[in-house]
Amino acid sequence: MTLNWVMLCIYWGVIMLEFFTEFPDMSRRDLRDFKLAVDAAFRDFSRANGEAIEGFFDPLLWFLIWLEKLLVATPWPIILIVVAGLAYLGSRSWKLAVGSMLSFALIGYFGMWEDTMSTIALISVATLLCVAIGMPLGIWMAKSDRVQSVITPILDVMQTIPIFVYLLPVLMLLGIGKVPGLIAVCVYAMPPMVRLTNLGIRLVDKDVLEAANAFGANDKQKLFGVQIPLALPNIFAGINQTIMMALAMVVIASMIGVRGLGIPVLQAIQNQYLALGFMNGLAIVGLAIIFDRVSQKYGKRLQEHRGGHDHG
Amino acid sequence: MADAKIKIKNLYKIFGNKPDQIMPLVRQGVSKQELLDEHKHVLGLSDINIDIPAKRIHVIMGLSGSGKSTLIRHINRLIEPTDGHVIIDGDDVMQMSSDELMHFRRFKASMVFQKFALLPHRTVAQNAAYGLTIQGVDEGEAVERSQRWLERVGLGGFEKHFPAQLSGGMQQRVGLARALATDAEILLMDEAFSALDPLIRNDMQGILLDLQKELHKTIVFITHDLDEALRIGDQISILRDGAVIQDGDPQDIIMRPADDYISDFIKDINRGRVIKVSTLMTKAARASGPKFETTALLEDVLTTLNQSKTDSGAVVDGKGKVVGKITMKDAIQAMARPKRLETGTRYK
Repeated sequence: MTLNWVMLCIYWGVIMLEFFTEFPDMSRRDLRDFKLAVDAAFRDFSRANGEAIEGFFDPLLWFLIWLEKLLVATPWPIILIVVAGLAYLGSRSWKLAVGSMLSFALIGYFGMWEDTMSTIALISVATLLCVAIGMPLGIWMAKSDRVQSVITPILDVMQTIPIFVYLLPVLMLLGIGKVPGLIAVCVYAMPPMVRLTNLGIRLVDKDVLEAANAFGANDKQKLFGVQIPLALPNIFAGINQTIMMALAMVVIASMIGVRGLGIPVLQAIQNQYLALGFMNGLAIVGLAIIFDRVSQKYGKRLQEHRGGHDHG
Repeated sequence: MADAKIKIKNLYKIFGNKPDQIMPLVRQGVSKQELLDEHKHVLGLSDINIDIPAKRIHVIMGLSGSGKSTLIRHINRLIEPTDGHVIIDGDDVMQMSSDELMHFRRFKASMVFQKFALLPHRTVAQNAAYGLTIQGVDEGEAVERSQRWLERVGLGGFEKHFPAQLSGGMQQRVGLARALATDAEILLMDEAFSALDPLIRNDMQGILLDLQKELHKTIVFITHDLDEALRIGDQISILRDGAVIQDGDPQDIIMRPADDYISDFIKDINRGRVIKVSTLMTKAARASGPKFETTALLEDVLTTLNQSKTDSGAVVDGKGKVVGKITMKDAIQAMARPKRLETGTRYK
């Protein structure tokens, strides 16, 4: 009797031990079927809709190619003057304007002019796209807590998911080229634009907004007359962050066929060309510093005058 | 009051998750404390009934937490009521559609705020013109039209400044100009001068009284400062814990405080500078001694009577006709605070 009990206990013990040490996962076959099913479904989807989606992005592609060609075709002295002019307009600092011009001249002297123009074209289009999509999204988020609770986790995913993972479906849909590169850059660079627009609008002084209400302002008058102007410093910080993050993505974008400073860096990694790697890497850093300083100074200037140019 | 411009009728405001479910309990007379403890709702305003006359300054006074700022925000419906009516010129503000309400706020009632609430990115001139631009007047014309008001409040020459470059008093002048520029008949002032230091506050009260002499707007003025209330108010409503506890003109409140709470309130007031002869006189067709206007202050009466070594004086109206008589005894009596309520049952 007791012996039976002891045997039973040992038997159970062995079973439980196995249960706790091995995770009760699904069988290998089920798992393989699951993966195959997902892959097949997406493949079918991309075969069916790939062309339509590509067509949808065509205008963007044309714009990017047009801008790149324009920048490359423009005589270099004109570009230098425009760079210095924009830097001065943004920052109102001669030092920064001359510094920017010198950096560009140096980049050109070391033979990276064309790649730099391609990169600037990509960054400009990516930033425009991020602002055009990110700002309305941020405004929408600021208006509704429910929208915010849906979009915030999506932004978290966009910023933390390994880049190559979301490149996979993009590549399957659109193949290698500029557009997938642009999408990859935007996915990574847009979240700060959305977040900071949302934050900026939510932080607008409640008293001022109440005053606008008391004078009978409608939604449009409140948005363009009060909320956006008062949120401008934060929105500008968002644009600055977006530019920085887009620049950080240049090398990754070059892996899927986007021309620019990233390609030489990639070659340098593959072939251990130290000098090539550093030259192009530093050119990216140079661009980043110029963009950052100019846009930050501009943002600060807006804050000091509290939008002295704004008559809207 | 014959022609009430703004009639506030049975107004209730309950703060909480489900005010509509709590409303019947309030009507049954459940106490404020019980609402908070057992139902987690705050009774913000309770059965407010006030008639605000046209073209006068009506002060609503109360300490912080009394619900006065909540009350004034019901007049232009910045806060939705739980129950009740605010009737202005026969129209119930609470029944207005959002378009009607917008029109009402643009053209009929403007507001001045405790914390100024100016737009920091717009110049003084653009701020003053704000109400007009909201009405749809184009910016250039709006700035031109509001210029007059900036000058009227003493800010000529500061048009190009930004609000942050001005002192508090000057910022509030911009706030006042902004409210006046829309030509609204009703001016809502929410502790408009409370954030200013005493000297500036005094200046601003003076400016307001001067303006009122020519503009005759219907002004609802919120304050926690009794001196201010007595100085500028034609009518005063005293609010405590979301209910009106006394409603009357300043003389009334000083001479006949409705309860101990108000007695406490008025005990530090300089009665000599608030109480007017008309309040103290006994009616008479003939009287001898020095003559006083009906609006003369008690302080002056005492000095004059004392110097003239007579016991009584005559009260005359604007045309010099004797309407009453005032004795030294009454005057001295009036300087002392009323003991405890003789007339306390007049109010709930």
